[in-house]
Amino acid sequence: MIANLGYGILTVTFLVTLYSAFAAIYGESKKIPAMVESARRAMLLTWPLLTLTAAILIYLLVNNHFEVQFVYEVTSRSMPTYLKVTAWWGGQAGSLLFWSWLMSAFASLVTLRKWDRDREFLPWVIFVACITMSFFIGMNVFFENPFAQLYQNQTTAAIAPHTFQPANSILYIAPDGRGLNPLLRHPGMVIHPPMLYLGFVSFVMPYAFAIAALITGRTDDRWIRLTRRWALWAWLFLSFGLVLGGRWAYDVLGWGGYWGWDPVEIAAFMPWLTGTAFLHSVMIQEKRGMLKHWNMLLIILTYDLVIFGTFLTRSGVLSSVHAFAQSAIGPLFMGFVSLTLMGSVALIIYRWDSLKAETEMTSLLSREALFLLNNLMFISILVVCFWGVIFPLISELFTGQKVTVGPPFYERATGPLFAALMLLMGIAPLSAWGHSTVRTLGRAIWKPTVVAVVITVAIFLTYTHNVYALIGFFLVAFVILVTLYEYWRGANARQKTQKENIFTALWNLTARNRRRYGGYIIHLSMMLMAIGILGIELFQVETQGTLEINQQTSVGGYDVIYQDIARFPGPDGREVTRAVVSVYKGSEYLGELHPRIDYYFDAQQTMTIPGQRSTLKDDIYVLLVNWEPASATGATFKIYINPLVNWLWLGSLLFLVGIVIAAWPEKDPEPVTVRASRTVQQTSAAD
Amino acid sequence: MTKIFFPKIKATITNYQLLSAILCTFILALTIDSQVFAQGTTPTDDEVNKIAKQLYCPVCESTPLDVCPTEACRQWRDLIREMLTQGKSETEIKQYFVEHYGPQVLNEPPNRLVTYIVPIAAFLLGAFMLFRGFQAWKKPIATQSALMEKARADDRKNGRKGISPIQDPYIAKLEEELKKRS
Repeated sequence: MIANLGYGILTVTFLVTLYSAFAAIYGESKKIPAMVESARRAMLLTWPLLTLTAAILIYLLVNNHFEVQFVYEVTSRSMPTYLKVTAWWGGQAGSLLFWSWLMSAFASLVTLRKWDRDREFLPWVIFVACITMSFFIGMNVFFENPFAQLYQNQTTAAIAPHTFQPANSILYIAPDGRGLNPLLRHPGMVIHPPMLYLGFVSFVMPYAFAIAALITGRTDDRWIRLTRRWALWAWLFLSFGLVLGGRWAYDVLGWGGYWGWDPVEIAAFMPWLTGTAFLHSVMIQEKRGMLKHWNMLLIILTYDLVIFGTFLTRSGVLSSVHAFAQSAIGPLFMGFVSLTLMGSVALIIYRWDSLKAETEMTSLLSREALFLLNNLMFISILVVCFWGVIFPLISELFTGQKVTVGPPFYERATGPLFAALMLLMGIAPLSAWGHSTVRTLGRAIWKPTVVAVVITVAIFLTYTHNVYALIGFFLVAFVILVTLYEYWRGANARQKTQKENIFTALWNLTARNRRRYGGYIIHLSMMLMAIGILGIELFQVETQGTLEINQQTSVGGYDVIYQDIARFPGPDGREVTRAVVSVYKGSEYLGELHPRIDYYFDAQQTMTIPGQRSTLKDDIYVLLVNWEPASATGATFKIYINPLVNWLWLGSLLFLVGIVIAAWPEKDPEPVTVRASRTVQQTSAAD
Repeated sequence: MTKIFFPKIKATITNYQLLSAILCTFILALTIDSQVFAQGTTPTDDEVNKIAKQLYCPVCESTPLDVCPTEACRQWRDLIREMLTQGKSETEIKQYFVEHYGPQVLNEPPNRLVTYIVPIAAFLLGAFMLFRGFQAWKKPIATQSALMEKARADDRKNGRKGISPIQDPYIAKLEEELKKRS
């Protein structure tokens, strides 16, 4: 009964989104403001309606309503309550509803802003947001109903899910559910998908404004000014979702790494790439009135990659640990992506003339030229990723040959592009908007370059002779030095002009230009992450072997002694096999680690949880690979030494600080930027 | 306490060392490849994983064979161990897996060129378009410089001193825009 109520509200919400979308454009075309207002209120209603739907689903999940197919598939009686709640996004139907629910939150929020200055955008923003929502809610209503119940045919005894009770059948209530995929029973999974989805759905808003700008013909940079903070928050959520996914993989998947170039990881990475390119390239439009077509195209690509990414994860077209099942929704997703992409590009072509640049590029070394090169790198990485993901499909389609595109391809193809991006990250902050010459740039750059070279030589003499690592560490040092130099330069200027002490100067400098200095903190955090990535990618050491009790093995300067092992029942319906190993470095005792294997009875699946010890220098990461109680040959362990990996996680925390600074709402009204470029005057780097 | 296995260091070597190592391995492979394990020495887990790492689990896609926890993969790793004991080389073992489970067990497509050509072509195309864009954008500036040069020449010819209005960049720009509109 209550499941039917959930389905009923879901269907009503679907109709409300359709009404809202069409009332908005009807009201706009017939100039009936009341109709547009009605559409706005309808969009505002979607969030309460979907919250009610979600509450019903959570009620069913928490109270073991195994007559509901979705509940039966993702929960079991032994699961703790918090996991029953997070099981909401642990399966196909629920995760689509979760997507819509988050989207409706943003849609409802956007209706509440002041529209006085941008009234003409409103109907079109409503139209785009509601069409996107109706597509996702429609998926739930027509194909992936989370409230479908299991019915048993009284003649054939066959059990099948149905939205409505078929004739000659009775409701079937399973005694217990199948339980959530053990990989998803982790605190990281409580935050990772919501963050990623928040990133996905919040990119819909800048897209909606871009489309509104194209349709209304108001193609100045107003839409960018309105949505840049949305885009920054979207980028925050998406970035943090990716980092959390990496940490979850490191802690749970037991392969000793954080990123495996899995197609589904790449699906989430692709909109991040275009989103990052967008965040850089909108600055060119704001400062110089250029690249209007390109910015439109980037936000359209980001939106469609979000939908494409959701399609890859939901449709099961690419089998991976993330894809839940084969599904009929694939072609519909592809249709939606194609339609929105073609429609949006057609709009750009229609408005081509009004999107022409207001100024010209004056120097190949200017900030805008370097930003364009940065965009080229991001888009090239996107092409590598996109091609890598679809190549197996193309190969199978045209040659019938199934192939795998694994990490070696991505690492080789993206490595030089990431290095070029780092170089640009170092040079661009020193170049000026409008005009830079080799001489002006050289004068700013030589000091950080010399210090970076000295640091690299020191690393060569003390740490490694690996060429790739030396190039990487040089670039990291260069970018960090340039960024700190920029901070020092700004703070020094304030100290002189405002008579402030260094700390007040740094504080005020950041507070006065949050986006710029928040951006620099993000650059610094990226470099800390790069240290971690270089460490684990180039210097990871691993070994595997079977040890008897009290037997020792050594790896990367660590000695590991196998002490004990035990098997016992754990909470959440699992059997835990836990080993105890002691770790020494030389004669120094560092402590015990407890690698374990958890076997989940309901899902009939094992999880290998590592024992880890982390320092800034390296991580020792021990996995229990195998242990048979009847066997006398001991237990098999796999040990990884992951140098510098903690810098990756530290970098991600600093990243969070940087992006919150950059995206924090301004108290004062937006300053009006006068484009100095209109007078072709040379502008300084400190804009 | 005995040390029973040794760490495998991924990359703390220079290119020169790498080249020497490849040459040595090649020569060693030619001479003793089929003898090492034929004498009954059991290959270590690290030697098995070195090959398993380059193969993908034929069942659970996107999972390298060396870390896949399923029973099937454990059996495949045992198969690699057995083949190593029989004296099979790395290439032979990989070939065996490709023949039995298809080329998708390799972590890269057999024909690598096809995989790399599209991203490289896209990058070159992007770079070319950007280069053309830069040229197109720089044209108006070239026009402006030519205008200023002409103004200077006029000044010299007429014996005028000081800055001609056309030498002022703002006025030059204005003149240029007026010309476009006229």
